[in-house]
Amino acid sequence: MRGFKTLLSWQLHSLFVSASTYFTIFLFLVLTGAFYLLALIDVSKAPSEISPTASFLSVFWFPVLFMVPLITMRSLAEERRQGTLGAMMTTHVSAWQVVLAKFFAAYFLYVFMWLLTLSFPLVTAWTLPGATSDSKLFSIPEIVSGYGFVFLSGTTYIAIGIFASSLTRTTLVAGMLSTGMLFFAIAGAALIAKIPVTGNWYVDWIAAHGGYLQTFRQLEEFRSALLDTRPLFLYLSATAVIISVTSLITEAKKS
Amino acid sequence: MSETPENPNTVIVRRLTKIYGGIKVVDNVSFRIGKGEILGFLGPNGAGKSTTMKILSGMCPATSGSAYVCGVSVANNPGEVRRHIGYMPENNPLPEDLRVSEYLRYRAGLKEVPVRETSRRVEEAMEICQLNRKAKRKIIGNLSKGFRQRVGIADAILSKPDLIIMDEPTIGLDPHQIIAIRSLINSLRGKMSVIISSHILPEIELVCDRVIIINQGRIVASGSSESLRKEFISSDKYGVGVKCPPEEFGKYCSVMGNGLRISSHSKSADADGYWDYVLESDIGSDLGRSLIGELSKDTRLAVREVSRLKPNLEEIFMAATRRSWEEVRGVKDKGADLEVDDLRKRRDVRFAPSSDDASSTEEGGK
Repeated sequence: MRGFKTLLSWQLHSLFVSASTYFTIFLFLVLTGAFYLLALIDVSKAPSEISPTASFLSVFWFPVLFMVPLITMRSLAEERRQGTLGAMMTTHVSAWQVVLAKFFAAYFLYVFMWLLTLSFPLVTAWTLPGATSDSKLFSIPEIVSGYGFVFLSGTTYIAIGIFASSLTRTTLVAGMLSTGMLFFAIAGAALIAKIPVTGNWYVDWIAAHGGYLQTFRQLEEFRSALLDTRPLFLYLSATAVIISVTSLITEAKKS
Repeated sequence: MSETPENPNTVIVRRLTKIYGGIKVVDNVSFRIGKGEILGFLGPNGAGKSTTMKILSGMCPATSGSAYVCGVSVANNPGEVRRHIGYMPENNPLPEDLRVSEYLRYRAGLKEVPVRETSRRVEEAMEICQLNRKAKRKIIGNLSKGFRQRVGIADAILSKPDLIIMDEPTIGLDPHQIIAIRSLINSLRGKMSVIISSHILPEIELVCDRVIIINQGRIVASGSSESLRKEFISSDKYGVGVKCPPEEFGKYCSVMGNGLRISSHSKSADADGYWDYVLESDIGSDLGRSLIGELSKDTRLAVREVSRLKPNLEEIFMAATRRSWEEVRGVKDKGADLEVDDLRKRRDVRFAPSSDDASSTEEGGK
């Protein structure tokens, strides 16, 4: 356990002393800030039931597509390139502990970055008083459910990023793999559902059951504050499976 | 080496085999390392040294055979074995962006050095490796190769393990750094068991109590450099400096008897008219005194130097690896029955397995 704590604290330390982390945070805030501004403009143009936060979070996948690879691509690929992964595994720590430490450190940064976007409504209320009602700006249920979904789905997205990083020694390749996998994880089910083939029982079956895997539908359900444990189970179990596979890969490639 | 209460074995390896893609990288290797012993692991590239070390450190599993470190099975409990080992891998990979003291603290945490002792252990390791003055606060990426090697050794000794494994610790170092690393390893003698693999043979000879030569995955020789000398070098060599050209000196040698012959000589006489010779004899006893006596009789030779040339580990290494290659080649050549029989006889005599270790054993190699 001590080994895991040491690993986790050093992963966090190396993330937060790295200039690239701050550059990623800066890019993320610029992009999400722009999205929030567009959401505000939309809301102010015409009466709408959707709050600026809900509108802004409906495109959460776009920053995720570039931010998660940036956070995770170096995690295992860089260690393997430098050979420090093998050196790490000569101590008492296991591949599981290494992967989990990297996962939690990256996830912490992911959550931290999204929490920074909570400042947008505050900044709006301060700089543009009267642009929209406070109840819409600070709609607690929508903030909790929207961010809850972002944090929950984030576990799987970060696990995918770490998994992609375990497959190669090149950080750039890891980043590209991660982006591709994330795109499929976020939009894959929605794209499959749009295949205009019907009549075959298996296509109908995939459409019926695969439809549930659609990220955007799940986000909608979360935003509607429908309490459903299925997404919770889906994302957490997917995360556990991906982390397990990543641990096996790391164990196999340690020497 | 047998286990005794005074000298318990830190490492016991029995019939270790590792097969990669159908090729035996390590082939039925057996050896033991006593407590506080420094063992040199020699072999050409691809001989199986690093693989054996990786198996011992629990980095990769063996295909068959068993290995024990401090009585703990490497196959059954690699995690526990790592508690007894300080491993410095080949090329010594280090994170570039950490300071030396930060890195050692981090490694101390990973090795579960008690929190209260961390600072003291890190300071001790840095002091032993002479990192505590200049390099302590430096970023590892800015360190010279020598200092990086020291950081690797400091890391290996940090948790005061029973066994330290160093894969090529002196590779790429300048002579000053090699001497420093050598004295550092010497300082560990008796405190920890050490396995060192190296291509720099004089280093191994100077530092190690015992040497294992491995070739094509098999142990081809094992013992102290003195015992290996006796086993693998059948002739004695003498260095002689005389004022006599080779044709004439050759006749002198044949007259002196004792099987003395010129092995090699300088291309020409030096400015003072002296020729340097290396004489060889298969007789097996020290001819130094009689050689001085015989050569001094003729004043025309004006003897300047007579010295016994001790075969170095390089010659032993070459002889041992050549022999194993000859064996493999001989066995493959079915037409050369006589040669095969002869080699088998030699092998039976020199590599007869001990009672518990059947083949490719260091015991048999002695």
